[in-house]
Order: sequence, then C-alpha cells, then structure tokens
Amino acid sequence: MIESKNLNLYYGQYHALKNISLSMPAKTVTALIGPSGCGKSTFLRTLNRMNDLIPGVKIDGEVLIDGKNIYKDKMDIDLLRKKVGMVFQKANPFPKSIFENIAYGLRVNGVRDESFIKERVEKSLKQAALWGEVKDVLKKSALALSGGQQQRLCIARALAVEPQVLLMDEPASALDPISTSKIEELIHELKKDFTIAIVTHNMQQAARVSDYTAFFYLGELVELDETKTIFINPKKEQTQNYITGRFG
Amino acid sequence: MKKIYEKAAHAVLFASSTVSIITVLLIILFLFREGLGLFGQKPIEDGQVLLVNKSNPVNKLTSDELKNIFDQEYTNWKTVGGSNDSILLFRIDDIFNYYTEEELAGVDTNMQLLNEKVSELVGKQTGMVAFIPEKQLVLNDKVKTIEVEPVTVSGFFGGELWFPTSQPAAQFGILPLLSGTLWVSLLAIFIALPFGLATAVYMAEIARPSVRNMLKPVVELLSGIPSVVYGFFGLIVIVPLVQQLFSLPVGETGLAGSIVLAIMALPTIITVAEDSIRNTPRSMKEASLALGATHWQTIYRVIIPYASSGITAAVILGIGRAIGETMAVLMVTGNAAIIPHTILQPMRTIPATIAAELGEAAKGGMHYKALFALGCILFLITLLVNITVEFISGGKRIKR
Repeated sequence: MIESKNLNLYYGQYHALKNISLSMPAKTVTALIGPSGCGKSTFLRTLNRMNDLIPGVKIDGEVLIDGKNIYKDKMDIDLLRKKVGMVFQKANPFPKSIFENIAYGLRVNGVRDESFIKERVEKSLKQAALWGEVKDVLKKSALALSGGQQQRLCIARALAVEPQVLLMDEPASALDPISTSKIEELIHELKKDFTIAIVTHNMQQAARVSDYTAFFYLGELVELDETKTIFINPKKEQTQNYITGRFG
Repeated sequence: MKKIYEKAAHAVLFASSTVSIITVLLIILFLFREGLGLFGQKPIEDGQVLLVNKSNPVNKLTSDELKNIFDQEYTNWKTVGGSNDSILLFRIDDIFNYYTEEELAGVDTNMQLLNEKVSELVGKQTGMVAFIPEKQLVLNDKVKTIEVEPVTVSGFFGGELWFPTSQPAAQFGILPLLSGTLWVSLLAIFIALPFGLATAVYMAEIARPSVRNMLKPVVELLSGIPSVVYGFFGLIVIVPLVQQLFSLPVGETGLAGSIVLAIMALPTIITVAEDSIRNTPRSMKEASLALGATHWQTIYRVIIPYASSGITAAVILGIGRAIGETMAVLMVTGNAAIIPHTILQPMRTIPATIAAELGEAAKGGMHYKALFALGCILFLITLLVNITVEFISGGKRIKR
C-alpha cells in the first residue's frame, strides 16, 4: 500500500508537484499518465527517493509505504530502495556478466552465500521470463543482449532483492512491439506478488496493464480511478481530452 | 569575391598546418639522425690512437677493457686475451720518466725527436700501451696501433657504465640512466595514484558543488607551477626530510625525486581520472542506488570499474609526465649514474642527464650523439605511453 499526502516538490523555484494525494492498493498496477513534463516521472521517483540525487530538490508532504513515512528523518534510504525496486526507461545493465547483474543487489545487501545467490538469480530470471533465453550464457556480458532482453534483465535485477513495490518508468518506450508485449505480459504476472506503479506515454498500454490510472497534468493529479472508468467514463473533461488525443 | 576569400583562408590554414606538422617531423628526424650516429663509432677520443709493441697479440679492445686498463683495474695482458705480460701505461706526459730533455731535443732543442722516441720506447717495452695524439704517431717496424671496438646497440642498452667523458675511452652504457628513470617514475606513480584517485573520487562524487568548484581550479593551478619551483620545494623540504627520516648521508635520492614527481603528476591524474568518473552515466549510478546499494558501494562496485579505463589512462599519462620531467628531478635526485639497488640511493634520469650534460658536450662528438640517442629513447618511451593511452581509451569507445 502506497499513499502520498499533500506531496509538494520543487526543483529550485519551480513547483513540479502540487499537493499530490493518492493511494495505490497493494498488489495492483497503477498507471501514471499525462503529457511530458506533467510530473508523473518525478512523482514515481519520489516513491524511492531517487529525486534526492538531484541537487536543489525540495520536498514537503508525506509518502507512506506500509504506513511509514519515507521522508521522515530516520528513514534508511538504502533499505527503502531495497523494498521499492525500480526499472528505468532505458535499460541500464551494468557492464558485467548477466549473472553478476542480477547478483549485484544481493551482494550489496550483504548476501555472501553463493548457492543462495545462484538460486535467487535463477528465480528472478524465471520471474522476468528471461531464464530460457540466457540460462546457458550467464557468464556473458549483459551488454551483448538485445534491448528487450536487457530491459527484462533489469526487471529481473530489481526482483532479485525481493522488493514489495516495483516502480517502472516507461519501461517499454524504447522497445519494439514484441518486446513490449513480453514486458506487458510480465507485468500481469508480477502483479500477483508486487505492487506496481508504471509511468507510460502509451494509452493502450495503460489500458492493457493497469488496474488504476492516475492522470497528471502540470504537476497536479487531475484524476485517479479504476482504469476502466478513466478510459470509458472519466469525470474530468481534461482527462477526457487527453485520453482521446485532443491534446498532449 | 567571397570564393577568393574562402580559398585564401583554406590555403592559409592548409599552409600553417602543413608547416607545423613538417616542423615536428623534422625535429624527430633530426633527433634520430644525430642519435643513431653514435652507433658504429669508436668510443676513443677524437684524434687519439693507442700504440703497442708489435709482439703484443692483442689487436682489439672494447671500451670497457680500455677503461679498466687505464684505471689500472687490469694489470696483465692475459685478462684481455694477450700474453702473460704486465701492462705498462704510457701517456705523453710520462715521456720524461724515460728520456731527458736533451735526448728529446734534437737539433734546434724543440723536442723534435719526441715522436720518434715514443715509438722507440713502445718498441722496447713489450707490455706498454701508449695513448697519444694521432699526429704524433710515427710508425716503425716494432710497433702497431690497436683498435677500439665501436659502440654497439647492445652495448649501449646493456652497458652498466655511463662515463661519457672518461679518457681514453668513453663509456656509453645507459642501463643506470634507464633504471634510474624507471625507478623514479614508477615509484612516483605508486605514490601519486592513491592520492590522485582519492581526490578524483572525492571531487567527482562526494564534494558539494561549491567545494568542487573551488578545488578544481586549485588542482589545475598545480599543473601550471614551473617545474623548477617544484624542484626548489623538493630541495628545501623533501630532501632534508628524506635524509632525516631514513638517516641517510645525503637526502638527494630517488625517493626524493619520486615524491616531487608524484606531486607534479597529481594534477594530470586527478583531472583525467575525475573526468572519467564524472562521465559514468547517471543511469549506472541510479541502477545501483535503486537496488539498495549505498553511495560508497556504488562508487567502488560500479563507478570505479566503469571509469577504470579512464583511470588507467590517467595513470599512464602521469607516468608520461614523470618520465619526461627534467628540472625538478635534476635538482633533487643526486644524479649519480649508477644502477640503483634501493630507492634511497642517488639516481640519474635520462632527461636530467641530457639537461646536465648537453652544455659541455662538443657538438658532433660522441658524447653529443650519445645524448641525442638518449633523447630518441625518451621520445620512444613517451610515444609508447601515448599509444597505450590511445589504445586503452580507444578500446573503451568500441566497447560502448
């Protein structure tokens, strides 16, 4: 369960997120849609405090994950990020072997048991529907994989540390239709175990994969509802205009 | 109208680039022409010959043997492959030990007979070797001249003695200089690498932007300080420090040189390494952090491996800087041309040798050519360094 309350974010003087309050139920997929620059990616990155890396960012308000405010001073950010995994727009495997890419998250979290790591690598690759393709080449460089495979590798890497939440920032925007559909199938599968938030520019994708859809516009949350409702019968005119392609 | 201007501009650009490239190539050509002239020459002083008794079976001596004979290290001809006869040295000043002035005087008392008397003497003494000017040479049937073996490439690179002005035979073995250069430069890098890398990581990853903006110009300023100033600093501060720390008779050692060079190589290492660390894509850092890695884990598990080729390039460029450095090293290393066994000995590097000795070497002489040959070696080493850097950073580009 993810909840944000009156969340405001500033890049220096620029007010990028305005009073966002929303909640995402556990083990559902929530799609964040909206035109470029509307703040949906920024919002996604507040959920694992990735915005902390950007100088000049100021945040107020609350983000609760399992009832705990992650912006409280005593929050262990590394632990938070282990709990809230993230998949980026562009596949970003490390220049290491396939195996070491997946094992990385375990190693940095202090796992030493090699047989456990091996098991977990296999499990994550299976979850990410990549095992069959790479099981014989685990020692090969991850950079030798295709773009779609790299993205699934990144998903497997995120899953290996057993997060509760998975944040996906346009995970399929750089992929061909076949790879995209594989990722979408994967999201369906992962929903059983994880709470997923996905940013997408692709309206059909949002309709296909998500249970809930949040429409952002100019840093504000315009509407959040069940995906069916948003796409068939939105309450706000702005939402209607956006999903029918009249602007954006 | 415009076309003519453009053509003129093109011509000017073409001409200046051609001139600069040709100039550089000519310098290299000149360097090698002078340097290669050393090989095949006989390392005996110009216009001098060696005269021995005809019965002496020795016909040829290496410059090494010659030096040992005249240093009285070898006292018997057996040592150099001759008969069992003790060696008797003769220099032109020794003539009065054998003849009186009257005997040499000749008709007009002007030492007319000197030349004949030298040959006469050598003809009488079977073990004598005379080192005399060629124009005083009068051959008779009891004497012969002996040859000195020319300088060879293997003798040049493998020779352990550097006595370019020794008489009668100069010694051109560059092993002491080469090993001095390598010792000093490599130790300098070992000292500079941890500090340089630490500073680079700090500046690129840890320091706040304001601190970094202050540090960066300071580091760049370091590389602008003239090397003679570093030499001063080394002489006044580091040399006494090394002397006290290791209770040495003199502080001018390879170590002092290494420390000064390390300080001088730091700006290069820091700047290049920092650039490559900062060039690590943000997506790599984010990927690592998003998996729950700490900043420090991200630095040493992702960023440093990613930047490793850049860091290697930084180190090699630092070595290049250290190997070519002249003035500061000349001032603090003590400049003894001996093969070092520890870093706490005085050492002499190739550039320091060139700088110190070129002024006193006669133009066109062997010593002069030997220094040019050293210059060639220095050039080849730096060329190798640059090719390595190009290779490493080029390989990285392909990998991407």
